[in-house]
Amino acid sequence: MRFLRAIRRNGKATTGAILLAVFVLLAMFPGLFAHKDPNAEIYPRNLGPSAQHLFGTTGLGQDLYAQAVYGTRQVLVIAFAAGLFTTLIAAAVGVAAAYLGGTWDGTLNLLTDVLLVIPLFPLLIVIAAYVHNSGTVVLIAVLTFTGWSYTARQLRSQALSLRNRDFLAAAKARGERAIYIIAVEILPTMSSLLVAAFLTNALYAVLFASSLQFVGLGDPNANSWGTMLYWAQNNEALQAGYYLQALVPGAAIALLGAAFALLNYAFDEITNPALRPVRGRQRTRRLAGLSRA
Amino acid sequence: MLEVSGLTVEYATQNGTVRAVDDVSFTVGRGEFLGIVGESGCGKSTLLFGIAQLLSPPARITAGSVTFAGKNLVAMTDKQLAAIRWRNLSVVMQSAMNALNPVKSVGAQFADALRAHGVSSRKPIVARSAEVLRMVGIDPVHLKSYPHQLSGGMRQRAMIAMALLFTPDLVIMDEPTSALDVVAQRSLMVQIKELQRELGFAIIFVTHDMSLVSHFSDNLLVMYAGQIAEIGGTRQIFASPLHPYSRGLLEAFPGIRGPKVPLKGIPGAPPDLSVIPNGCRFLPRCPLKMDECATTQPALVERDGVAVRCLLYVPESLGAAQ
Amino acid sequence: MTELLRADNLTRHFKIGATLSRRTLHAVDDVSFSIGEREIVALAGESGSGKSTVARLLARLYKPTGGQVLFEGKPISAIRSRRDKLRYSGQVPMVFQDPFSSTNPVFRVSHGVLRVLKLHRPELSARERQAEAQRVFEVVGLGADMLQRYPHELSGGQRQRVGFAQALAARPKLILADEPVSMLDVSIRIGLLNLMTKLRDSEGVSILYITHDIASARYVADRLIVMYAGQIAEVGPIEDVLAGPKHPYTQLLLSAVPDPKAPPPSAAALAAAVGERGEPPKVIDPVPGCRFLPRCPVSTDICGKVTPELRVLTATREIAGAAAAAGEVAVATDEATREVACHVAQSGVDVKAFS
Repeated sequence: MRFLRAIRRNGKATTGAILLAVFVLLAMFPGLFAHKDPNAEIYPRNLGPSAQHLFGTTGLGQDLYAQAVYGTRQVLVIAFAAGLFTTLIAAAVGVAAAYLGGTWDGTLNLLTDVLLVIPLFPLLIVIAAYVHNSGTVVLIAVLTFTGWSYTARQLRSQALSLRNRDFLAAAKARGERAIYIIAVEILPTMSSLLVAAFLTNALYAVLFASSLQFVGLGDPNANSWGTMLYWAQNNEALQAGYYLQALVPGAAIALLGAAFALLNYAFDEITNPALRPVRGRQRTRRLAGLSRA
Repeated sequence: MLEVSGLTVEYATQNGTVRAVDDVSFTVGRGEFLGIVGESGCGKSTLLFGIAQLLSPPARITAGSVTFAGKNLVAMTDKQLAAIRWRNLSVVMQSAMNALNPVKSVGAQFADALRAHGVSSRKPIVARSAEVLRMVGIDPVHLKSYPHQLSGGMRQRAMIAMALLFTPDLVIMDEPTSALDVVAQRSLMVQIKELQRELGFAIIFVTHDMSLVSHFSDNLLVMYAGQIAEIGGTRQIFASPLHPYSRGLLEAFPGIRGPKVPLKGIPGAPPDLSVIPNGCRFLPRCPLKMDECATTQPALVERDGVAVRCLLYVPESLGAAQ
Repeated sequence: MTELLRADNLTRHFKIGATLSRRTLHAVDDVSFSIGEREIVALAGESGSGKSTVARLLARLYKPTGGQVLFEGKPISAIRSRRDKLRYSGQVPMVFQDPFSSTNPVFRVSHGVLRVLKLHRPELSARERQAEAQRVFEVVGLGADMLQRYPHELSGGQRQRVGFAQALAARPKLILADEPVSMLDVSIRIGLLNLMTKLRDSEGVSILYITHDIASARYVADRLIVMYAGQIAEVGPIEDVLAGPKHPYTQLLLSAVPDPKAPPPSAAALAAAVGERGEPPKVIDPVPGCRFLPRCPVSTDICGKVTPELRVLTATREIAGAAAAAGEVAVATDEATREVACHVAQSGVDVKAFS
């Protein structure tokens, strides 16, 4: 509840939250906002914006606006699911490696590093190309598999810095098991980092998923912004002057990304008061710590 | 040489403005050793940063002036301050041993400081660095050492050496001995005093441990809840402390010699500064409270050469008038 | 007084350095002492003296390289099963030094106490646990309403009290307090020191009080163990040791304690003190001989050749014997014994190294 209040007070957070809320609404109740069937190829092709078709039509005669609205769902599902699973795996691996140390740390690190070193996008393309039925689930799985290593590294560093805190030694001294310590004592103290990781991973999931679909590795018949880009490309929309066919999905992706990014920044500021902007004359000097509270 | 007048520092929090330092005024003369004493949260570190113009948002100076060598530091720009910093005024931070850059050698950090203030050729840099290290009792061979290779006491001395690179007129120290053992602490205090005698700089020394400055400081400023509680000559305050808080502080030390006496310390905690009470700030913890203390805010009054902020010392006529 | 815990020739070495230049850090070397019931024993020394390592050895956070620790007559190295480990950690809990990191900031302060109760006293119901949590909070001087607060709402002193409450919740016999007041303001320390005496008197708990501040040790402790460079320098009833310290290091420690009520030191005393750097020795691959030698003003030849052993001072034995003969309450010899590890002191010379 503290967070909700903090979000309302912070300009960036409010903007990001509202944007995200709009997209969530679109994803949950597309029928409320768009009354045409996004898949129906019944309209005249390549129309410009008009009262009938807010954004015009595609090269196949589909209503662009309806496509954009209905496409939100798949994008959001991918973003949240990939973001969530990536963060969960990264947390489990990173924190366990940091806390358990020794051979555990070594093995888990090896695993993380191998995945980290392989260039992400080419790997994504290779995997997606091999898996022919590139539905949403496969896309999420692929994104998760390739994405957790970076966050795992980050979380491991953070957990390492926490490892010597006395409250962990106290927990160990009173007889708690390692799993308990990791799950109950360490992870909650890293909550702001975990949320930030989730938001970042969700953002990258959106971008990578759309990119994959743009390249043609998604299901071209699915309803998604990335596929809209794919078809726009297919249709040589930009060259022919039908800008909206590319701009609409592009803008949607950018806006959703911005929503995640704004929330991310704002979250940092909420949890770390030193980052908050100050009105008036700013004296930027290194904060050397005010008196101990 | 340094005159602080009516200095007030506030910072904005979620619950409103907190006045961490409230109308503090004092002077420090040439070569004088001033000890500032108080609990954590009393504002002494904030006061220090306010004097050295090191405050970061959300904290800012809202009133008062800090006059150093005739110029008001509060009104200066960064550039003007940079000229004074380290040459005439230097600061040793709390836990300074952790303020050293762990990936650079001690010598490199000294060189950084020297170069930042105009000394550029290698020979004078090395010579001066070695000289200040010797002054604090560290073998100059340690110029090549990294901070983690030195003990806590040595790192602290290195920080003090760095503060003395340009033989400033005033050195401000914020709890420089807090992380050290008793023996290292004593030896550091002695060293600081020796250096002061030799080089003649003034010192403002902030600590929560009164006994530390008891033998070394000329004057003492006792701070409580952002205000001056008592200020005057050290020996005098130790001999007969006027403010109940000063008395409580002095009595909070278990003695090594003499009979073992059960002590009480000062029960309670300092007040929340976001809510400024109507009367005296020390009231909830004061063993000598009177009725007026709840409604009247005491001002500083002079008594035998010491200024004290307590209604106990307000002459009857003034008290009745309030 | 019955003996609760005894350390016999406790030793702990650490291997440091790279694989090619392996060296051994002698953190604790051949340390022997005992702690009885209802007594507060102060373990004093500088940083690097090994006192924290001793605490961790007693808490079973480290395994000794040599020697053993007996708790209630049984060696703690024999503790293997999870149940025995749990039982020991409940009877010999530790209180940590840093009040700002010893409580988990995301939970209310009742969290630690309730977990201890859950783990160590499983027979209690949830309601009984709450009641017990309130009880221990009150014993340490925190109101029951504090249970619902978060750590950042408490001051340093209050957080330390929470640490003691956590230790008390398991009904311990011996609390290992590792510099519990060092990070608190001087004016707050007294409150916690008084709490420790109260725990000894009314809860019957023994405390091993680790500190580098002799003055606070005097205020709470019954006996004093002085450690230097991983070894014990001197042991004895605290008033006796402070009134007549026998080891030069103890004398140095005493002289370094600032006493605001004493007159300021003379210029000569100051000049003499400048030479004393306060540098603890690095105990890596030590050679035989007294480790205090480089700082000792009264050393003799043998000090550089033979490492002194902790021995009972014969004079005190006589005093203890005389008391027994006079029909006074018999005390275990440990209690009244003065032990010292210094060649010069053992030879009967009255050591006056630092004033």
